[in-house]
Amino acid sequence: MIAFLIYKTIICVCVFGLSLGVAAYSTWWERKFASFLQDRVGPDRAGPFGLLQPLADGGKMFFKEEIIPNVSNRFLFILGPSLFMITSLMTGAIIPWSKDVTIGGVVYPMQITDINIGILYLLGVASIGVYGIMIGGWASNNKFALLGAVRASSQMISYEIAMGISVIALIITTGGTLSLREIVAQQDAGLCNFVYQPLGFLIFFICALAETNRAPFDLAECESELVGGYHTEYSSMKLGLFLFAEYINMFVSSAIMAGFYFGGYNFPFAHEFYNAIGLAEGSWLISLIGFGCYFTKIFLFICLFMWVRWTLPRFRYDQLMNLGWKILLPLSLLNLAITVVVEYFRGNIHF
Amino acid sequence: MKLTSRSKVVSNKEQSFSESLYLPGIIKGMSITLSHLFKRRATVKYPDELRPMAGVYRGQHVLKRDDIGAERCTACGLCAVACPAEAITMESAERKKGEEGMYREEKYARIYEINMLRCIFCGLCEEACPKEAIFLTDKIVDTEYEREDFIYGKDKLVEKMTARIDVTKRQTKEVIEFKKLPGLKHNELFDGKSLNKGKKH
Ligand code: SF4
Ligand code: SF4
Repeated sequence: MIAFLIYKTIICVCVFGLSLGVAAYSTWWERKFASFLQDRVGPDRAGPFGLLQPLADGGKMFFKEEIIPNVSNRFLFILGPSLFMITSLMTGAIIPWSKDVTIGGVVYPMQITDINIGILYLLGVASIGVYGIMIGGWASNNKFALLGAVRASSQMISYEIAMGISVIALIITTGGTLSLREIVAQQDAGLCNFVYQPLGFLIFFICALAETNRAPFDLAECESELVGGYHTEYSSMKLGLFLFAEYINMFVSSAIMAGFYFGGYNFPFAHEFYNAIGLAEGSWLISLIGFGCYFTKIFLFICLFMWVRWTLPRFRYDQLMNLGWKILLPLSLLNLAITVVVEYFRGNIHF
Repeated sequence: MKLTSRSKVVSNKEQSFSESLYLPGIIKGMSITLSHLFKRRATVKYPDELRPMAGVYRGQHVLKRDDIGAERCTACGLCAVACPAEAITMESAERKKGEEGMYREEKYARIYEINMLRCIFCGLCEEACPKEAIFLTDKIVDTEYEREDFIYGKDKLVEKMTARIDVTKRQTKEVIEFKKLPGLKHNELFDGKSLNKGKKH
């Protein structure tokens, strides 16, 4: 029991630290990557290659004056960013980071917890995240903030539908399991799910961009129209939490995409490779290699997010809604229909 | 008249089907940004890395001293008159006996101020000066916190004997030769007692 608790604590702390660390260095990498795309150098003054920049930014955030508007609802004003942060951290709990490690005959999964309705949990927690934005924007008692919050929440809700349907198609191909652990484990041998669900992946990716409020869907914080959007009134570390949580969201959705569609910690010919260098199943080294592989995929996805952001201009709001309801929703339904037919003929569905 | 070879005729034709899919356009745009990932960075890391400057770069002014260290400026005010930005002010004083080593001429500038916020670094003061006293250098004017600090007095403008500033690049060979001609006042040297005419060539 004690060993179990210690193991769970360690893995919780690791995932927590990993999320925060990756989010912090995403801010650095975002600026670096953006400047590379624009033929610039980017931050390079703080430490080698500007690696201490996130610390400097964090320090700056903490020392900024903290302003809570008089006319705002104080409790909700503080609750908003906290809720947003908590929900984005919570989504990391069900991601299977790597293969199980066996120590002394006991199997330790590299995952905080495996819920058999993992995907539902994911969608549920992600939609609670909207409350953080909504509450924060509403409690600011500022028109721009409120409009930003309304935009953010309607956008998230609209895109969640297409996302949900593309996930249903994925679940059909993976044989009806809702557990992330099993979805990733199924791709261990054979092809990754992307091969069966290319259209589903495209829809999921576009929706993930919208869900994380990243460009070209960052209408919630569209400077030219809404000042800062839902975080107009926020300052100091509360603003920092909003921005930070967005990066965590990006990290987690990259992890989910890599796990759902690209095999997570698996890579082609993994078993042959492990056999060739003589590693037994359950060794911590296999786990480490798997984690490295997963992390590379996540990193590539984060780069893709950034690449999109620094290339595409922002949508107009009506275009955004058109895309969500008139294009992505029918497209995801079509994808679902095709998947059902194909799976029926492959013999995976029985009526 | 065509001003550029890259101009295009704007048309309002309807989007074609492939355009309305956006994906080709998106892929094209993304490949353009990706190609920039491997291009040369345009940044010059300024304080660590300096661009080569022209010898005649017009930066902060210097009030030159002559070879023995006397100030050349005689407070004639021609620079102030020439200045289009009215950035220069000065106050003159008469040279006392025994100050010949400090001031070349009988009249000198007691106060000489240039307002660096007004100055447009045109170099007309340099051109106007009959005494080879004021030159612009390639030093860039420092930033300050207060407006008053941009009014540079003699303490900042007059050349230090320990750190002489070479301005020969600012003068053409002909000018330098001409300046060596005897009989020109600013070529006279003070040897402790009296002024000597410059050597004949
Ligand atoms: S450089 Fe031009 S503007 Fe500046 S002090 Fe000389 S004459 Fe005036
Ligand atoms: S710098 Fe030259 S032009 Fe200006 S007052 Fe002095 S001698 Fe005259």
